[in-house]
Amino acid sequence: MKYDQARWDREGDVYEPLLAEKDQTSVAVDSSLPDDLTRDELTLPSLEEPELARHYTRLSQMNYGIESGPYPLGSCTMKYNPKFTEDLAANPKAAVHPDREPETIQGVLELLYRLQDYLGRIGGMDAVTLQPAAGAAGEFTGIQIARAYHDHNGEGHRSEIIVPDSAHGTNPASAAMAGYDVVEIPSEEGRVDLDALEAALSDETAALMLTNPNTLGLFEREIEAIAKLVHDAGGLLYYDGANLNALLGRARPGDKGFDIMHYNVHKTFATPHGGGGPGAGPVGVLDELAEFLPEPVVRQDPDGRYEWHEPEHTIGKVHGFHGNWLVLIKAVGYIMRLGDAGLADASAKAILNANYLAEQIEYEVPYRPFHHEFVASAGNQDAAEVAKRMLDHGVHPPTTKWPTLVEEALMTEPTEIETKASLDELADAFNAVWEEGSESFPDAPHRTTAGRIDQASAARNPRLSWQNLFE
Amino acid sequence: MAGEKTTGLFHDPPASPWSIPWRRWGVTDGSPFAPHTAAETSAMLDAIGASDVESLFDIPETVRYDGEFGIEAHDEQGVRDSVAETLGNNDDLIEFLGRGHYAHYVPSLVDHLADRSEFLTSYTQYQPEVTQGFLQVLFEYQSMLVELTGLAIANASMYDHATALGEAALLAGRVGATGERVLVPDLIRAERRRVLENYVQGIGVEVATYPTTDGNVDVEGLKAMANDGVELIYAESPNTRGVIEEHLDAVADIAHEHDALSCLGTDPVALALLERPADVGIDIVIGDAAALGLDTAYGMGLGMFACHEEYLRQVPGRLVGASEDSRGNRAYTLTLQTREQHIRRERATSNICTNQAWVALRTAMHIASLGAEGLLGLAEQCVDLPRTLAERLNGITGLQAPVHDRHHFREFVAHTDQPARAIADDLAAEGFAVHAVDEHELQLCVTDHNAHMMGDLVAELEVLA
Repeated sequence: MKYDQARWDREGDVYEPLLAEKDQTSVAVDSSLPDDLTRDELTLPSLEEPELARHYTRLSQMNYGIESGPYPLGSCTMKYNPKFTEDLAANPKAAVHPDREPETIQGVLELLYRLQDYLGRIGGMDAVTLQPAAGAAGEFTGIQIARAYHDHNGEGHRSEIIVPDSAHGTNPASAAMAGYDVVEIPSEEGRVDLDALEAALSDETAALMLTNPNTLGLFEREIEAIAKLVHDAGGLLYYDGANLNALLGRARPGDKGFDIMHYNVHKTFATPHGGGGPGAGPVGVLDELAEFLPEPVVRQDPDGRYEWHEPEHTIGKVHGFHGNWLVLIKAVGYIMRLGDAGLADASAKAILNANYLAEQIEYEVPYRPFHHEFVASAGNQDAAEVAKRMLDHGVHPPTTKWPTLVEEALMTEPTEIETKASLDELADAFNAVWEEGSESFPDAPHRTTAGRIDQASAARNPRLSWQNLFE
Repeated sequence: MAGEKTTGLFHDPPASPWSIPWRRWGVTDGSPFAPHTAAETSAMLDAIGASDVESLFDIPETVRYDGEFGIEAHDEQGVRDSVAETLGNNDDLIEFLGRGHYAHYVPSLVDHLADRSEFLTSYTQYQPEVTQGFLQVLFEYQSMLVELTGLAIANASMYDHATALGEAALLAGRVGATGERVLVPDLIRAERRRVLENYVQGIGVEVATYPTTDGNVDVEGLKAMANDGVELIYAESPNTRGVIEEHLDAVADIAHEHDALSCLGTDPVALALLERPADVGIDIVIGDAAALGLDTAYGMGLGMFACHEEYLRQVPGRLVGASEDSRGNRAYTLTLQTREQHIRRERATSNICTNQAWVALRTAMHIASLGAEGLLGLAEQCVDLPRTLAERLNGITGLQAPVHDRHHFREFVAHTDQPARAIADDLAAEGFAVHAVDEHELQLCVTDHNAHMMGDLVAELEVLA
């Protein structure tokens, strides 16, 4: 399969011109406020609706989404986003202000409560906050909870967070942002090296952050031993939910020794990625940590009414209000649609698809048995170049060059939504590039809106606004 | 087990008068979004050399989960009906609410074009050649914020106002020498401050309060608080009580006297009218840009973040830049990514990955829909409407408005002779939601959203106040 992406080629070496190249209108400010409180003028593009509609329609056609074709980005879980969930979020009754009295928005609180409950069941967790606006925000929240827990127990001296070398970049970044020293441990055969973990654990350990299955798609089979080591050292075990789509109905973090976890609802529960966001990163904890959750959480009173509750030792707030409400509604709808069997089937088909695709491609997959994602090696080819060339074969390429445990990594997660036929097309794209070899790489991609983009000069000479271009 | 699902089989499909293709819309015994037929599943297992799907899970028996979640599956209509029924339990109140979460009429164009799936369902633009459209919209969004703030750099979004404030404090900590304290006004929303406290806890910075007088910064009080241990001074305009700040230049001067940064919290509508922050010496502008682009959304927002060029390499979050492609055309790409977590890990400027890009797209579309004249007109309305409402309330026995003899934006505080909580509760019974912010203070926010109900609100208050 091949396709040519839409492209409007103009004189002046631009594709679709910027709004500001179409119009810039300056309006003088003449207000009832005193002059020294106001600006002098405002200059913005001022176009009529038909022109704007074309502008944005063209730009949308210059963009690749999950409905354009396969999107097998590893650890990103690019599922199809069911249309009906958009309609749930668009319900005018959902458009309420966060300062409404709880008594007057029982519907909102009930949906939030339902999602807290669902996520608790799915993750094996006892209490859940929906406040974090993204996975990384969930990580930061979880670490703040760990800190509060240790402080509460007179263990506030614990200053280190351990992460495996295969961890997502957000893990060490979140730990550092919370003021912790990050201790990175090497992997052994793609999994946590128990000896290295034991050596890293100490009286300073606040927590170990772990993704399971890890970024190679491998289940950390020694999870019980890992949990025992961490807990014996007085630390907590944190579960990064990025790869939860592999485990639905098969294993629950809360049952395998994890104390804290975050969920990526934009991955596992099919809310749209939106070109980078918004997502949501709810955090679940076991009972002993429930009183440290951000405030407030929803609970049901004995009469069945819903109310806000401030946990006794709450860490406070991690979002100005209650998180990404419109995203959370979509997640509720997705989980309701699938139910137990549907969720379990999602994981089953995700793992089936990954295994089938890996069988069809020429690139070697060094680490097995993987689950919903695998990391192939481009070997002596440059993985980033492979990705560019794959764009010419009608698919979005996998995540590249990471994790670094695999040489020239092609981190691939097809998700459960692809049919056998579309997996075959995806495999054809991999294999075509494999066969073409490096000679085809230098000026790829050709069929995309833009040709190869010069990243180095973008960084060397940052031009981050149209003001920079026109000055 | 569900892994053995075959499509086309259903648990008790509800009786329906319609000939509905149940494979897609009905309750299935698997995921309706995993489109495998039994034959396909079988062929794929053969290719893998596996006997069944369950054998592909490499999970030790001791950690296997054999229980049930107890979550019932629904057909599509069932979910929509159920969620609609639940949301129907919300009371229909006309909201005169603000205090940090605002909405204006969102043109239909925004919904329809933002919902184009190429935008909505795409990922972060790590392959820029195939995601030029979204990158250009974000570039345009950044440019609009540059125009509004007068600052050289705007990023492609943070989560919300409160977390953007947290990131501003962290940036100040990275560029400052001896930061010990962030100063915030006593009027700041408690929730916003609590987010900030979480963000700065890890760098050992404390949050301290400076006073305001009559809804504006108490300049002498701020001077008395400021010293060389301060890394950031934060002010808001309009602030939580709807007052336009008149001393931003003094705030910036005081910050700079102590080698601290000045930070303003605001929103894009206010920025269209009020003095440009850069012109009065503000170093970082943050706030909630979803006042445009999103309808009332229970506090979901769009963290705005703009700053001076000298902090470019310390900016948190994603930046879109212009470059050239192999055909010599201008093309856009995420840039300066070495600041970010996926490259720099624990030395990143922030942990942020997923942001609010699609909300930024909506906000850019909304600003483009309004144009210069439309946006400025909206901002002027935000000055006129609260003035009008305050005047009308001030004529009611038992009410004095506005409490602050200053300039307001969207909202204001009114003094009540009767207990404010009781009045707010009585108003709720009549179909209106207002803030009771103190024992004898109501706060009311009026915009294009609810202006048409202003007369009814006034009539109710004439009776209740």
